Amino acid sequence: MIDKIASLVNADVNLVRRGRLVDTTFMIAIDDAYHLIRVEGGHIAKVTPGPFITPDYSFVLRASREVWEKFWQPLPPLGFTDIFALVKQKLMRVEGDIHPFMANLLYFKDVIAAPRKVNSNAGAAR
Amino acid sequence: MSPRFEPIAGRYLHLDLLGKPHRLYVEEAGEGIPLLCLHTAGADARQYRGVMNDARVTSRFRVIAFDMPWHGKSSPPAGWQEAEYQLTSRDYVRMIVEVADALALDQPVVMGCSIGGRIVLHLAHERPEKFRALIGLESAAHTDPYYDLSWLNRPDVHGGMVSAGVVSGLVAPTAPDAGRWETLWHYMQSGPGVFKGDLHFYMIDGDIRDRVDAIDIKRCPLFLLTGEYDYSCTSEATLDIARRTGASATIMKGLGHFPMSEDPEKFVGYLLPVLEKIKAR
Repeated sequence: MIDKIASLVNADVNLVRRGRLVDTTFMIAIDDAYHLIRVEGGHIAKVTPGPFITPDYSFVLRASREVWEKFWQPLPPLGFTDIFALVKQKLMRVEGDIHPFMANLLYFKDVIAAPRKVNSNAGAAR
Repeated sequence: MSPRFEPIAGRYLHLDLLGKPHRLYVEEAGEGIPLLCLHTAGADARQYRGVMNDARVTSRFRVIAFDMPWHGKSSPPAGWQEAEYQLTSRDYVRMIVEVADALALDQPVVMGCSIGGRIVLHLAHERPEKFRALIGLESAAHTDPYYDLSWLNRPDVHGGMVSAGVVSGLVAPTAPDAGRWETLWHYMQSGPGVFKGDLHFYMIDGDIRDRVDAIDIKRCPLFLLTGEYDYSCTSEATLDIARRTGASATIMKGLGHFPMSEDPEKFVGYLLPVLEKIKAR
């Protein structure tokens, strides 16, 4: 799922435009599977799967695989529709230097929710 | 499209609020029982335009919505630059009573959403004799902070964008795009620190958990409507108030924290039966 994030974001011209001033590397942790995601000018330049010895990133979003799978459903169940809904329920942690995350919150929310489109397209094909 | 005017009329009201002269923007539409509407934190009265344009409501109710000071087209009072804006329960209750009196409203119904859904609980507790009925949208007796509020007002983060980003997930994922993005636009237009100042009431000062049991719905009927996707004022929190007070509560399917602006058509469908009950009393 996460391997599709680059193509999904980069194909969305409007999302890339909204993130045009974003240059950072952030991490997504799915249980103990880590991924570094490099953003350059709103494009996803690279997704690097772990493990890492000394990962260098600004912020990390941590949740269990079960939580991420619900979050990435095309229409997530109640309570799983938004990052802050998960944070409020203590099902997700957002840690590190969160300045780029908060300063570009609408952009990052859509980047991180992008895998929903994979499931959505798969659903449409059935 | 042929040009047309909506039936909403907007005017500026000069009055003393909380002991200071204020210039308040007030909109209204319709005739009948006065229905005073309170917007959410960091937004303004435009949120109610769907309600104010719905003839099923305005044929029987005089719908009035004002921008709170600092919000929308209402200015802050002179000298505002000398202090940080922070909304308190005491000031919020006084403001509503003083606006209702300035407009000479006789036993209005008050309908508020989010911070407005909280303050109607305070009105029910403190001033039940003053109102015909109270409608709480997205009412919870308390909400703990679930992010650091200091992000909402600092020079290196766009306050409008971060405010919209914070609330975006509270809109139902099934809401029409136009309603979702108009709701977020209101947040993007908020003045610096205004949303944060309102949240001082919402997350700190306005905690009414210890007084919910003292609300007497026989003195003033209380109706609660909450969107199922609202994780800030949750369905559980609303149902807890209903259980403790006997208030009528409905969980609205396919709606979130901003029912009147994210999907007005769907929301009015839930509002009409409540207005029917109030009208029949």
